[in-house]
Amino acid sequence: MEGAADFGEGGGVARTMLITRKIEFSASHLYHNPALSPEENRRVFGKCNNPHGHGHNYTLEVTVAGEPDPVTGMVLDLKELKEILEREVMQRMDHRFLNYEVAELKGKIPTCENIARVIWDLLDPQIKQGRLHRVRLYESADLFADCYRNGAAC
Amino acid sequence: MAVKIELGRRYRFAASHRLHTEKLSEEENARVFGKCANPYGHGHNYVLEISVSGDVDPATGMIANLADLDSFVEREVIEVFDRHSLNEDVAAFRDVVPTTENLCIEIYERLKSFPKAKLERVRVQETTNNSFEYDGSQKGKRS
Repeated sequence: MEGAADFGEGGGVARTMLITRKIEFSASHLYHNPALSPEENRRVFGKCNNPHGHGHNYTLEVTVAGEPDPVTGMVLDLKELKEILEREVMQRMDHRFLNYEVAELKGKIPTCENIARVIWDLLDPQIKQGRLHRVRLYESADLFADCYRNGAAC
Repeated sequence: MAVKIELGRRYRFAASHRLHTEKLSEEENARVFGKCANPYGHGHNYVLEISVSGDVDPATGMIANLADLDSFVEREVIEVFDRHSLNEDVAAFRDVVPTTENLCIEIYERLKSFPKAKLERVRVQETTNNSFEYDGSQKGKRS
C-alpha cells in the first residue's frame, strides 16, 4: 500500500522506541557516614543528618528501549514490567527505612544517586524484552538522579 | 557494565523580556516576534533544570554536594536573572534577542565552569508548554 508506514512485519524496518513506566513509593532515610565526626556529618549533610531520619515520596521512571514486535506491536509486556517493579522496588523500598531495611544500600549513603544506581542494578538483569535505557529517580520535584548505560545517547 | 549517573536539579526564576532587534524594521519585528515585540516587554516564570555528571563520592554518596551546586547556580544565574529584565539588566542581551534559546545558551555558558561536576545539559521551561535544551553542542561537534 503506497504511503503506509512500515511496521516491520515480514522482516521490514525495526524501529527503536522508548517506553517509560512510572511508580511512586514512600520511604525514610538519613545521611550519616560513621567515618566522619559528628561535626563533619553535620557540615556535609546538613539537616539530612538528623538522627531519626526523614522521608520522601519518591517517583521512579523506568525507560526501556526496544523494537516493537511485528505481531503484538509491543516492545515489552507492560504487565511484566509492572510485576518486576512491584517485586524489585516496591516490596523492597516502599514504606521502608532505606538505611536499615534495604540490604543493597547497606554501607552506602542513601542519596538519590545511590538509590537510582541500586535500582538500575536490580532491574537491568530482569528486563529481558527490550533493554533498560534509563532509570530516573525523583526525591522531590526539584531533585532527581538519572542512570544510563555508559555510552548510550541520553 | 558501566553506568553513567547524573544529578538533576530544578530552579525557578521570574524575569521579563522583549523580543526585538535593531537589525530589523519595526514592521519586521512585529511580523517575526508578534506580541513578544510589545515595547514594554512581558514576563515568565522560568523553570531551569540542569544535569551534572561525575563520580559518586563513596564518603557522601553524592556527585556534587547540593549546597555547593545550589549556591553556584544562585550566584551565577538566579541572582542575575530573577526579578530582572533580561534585555535591560543582563549584559549578554544588550545586542542579542533574549529568546529562551539564547537564554539557555547563556545559562549553559555561566554554569559550565561548575568546579565539582561536569555540566551535561541545561533545560529551560519558559511556560508549561515550551521548553528548550542545550548541552554545549555545536554543529558538527559535541562539547
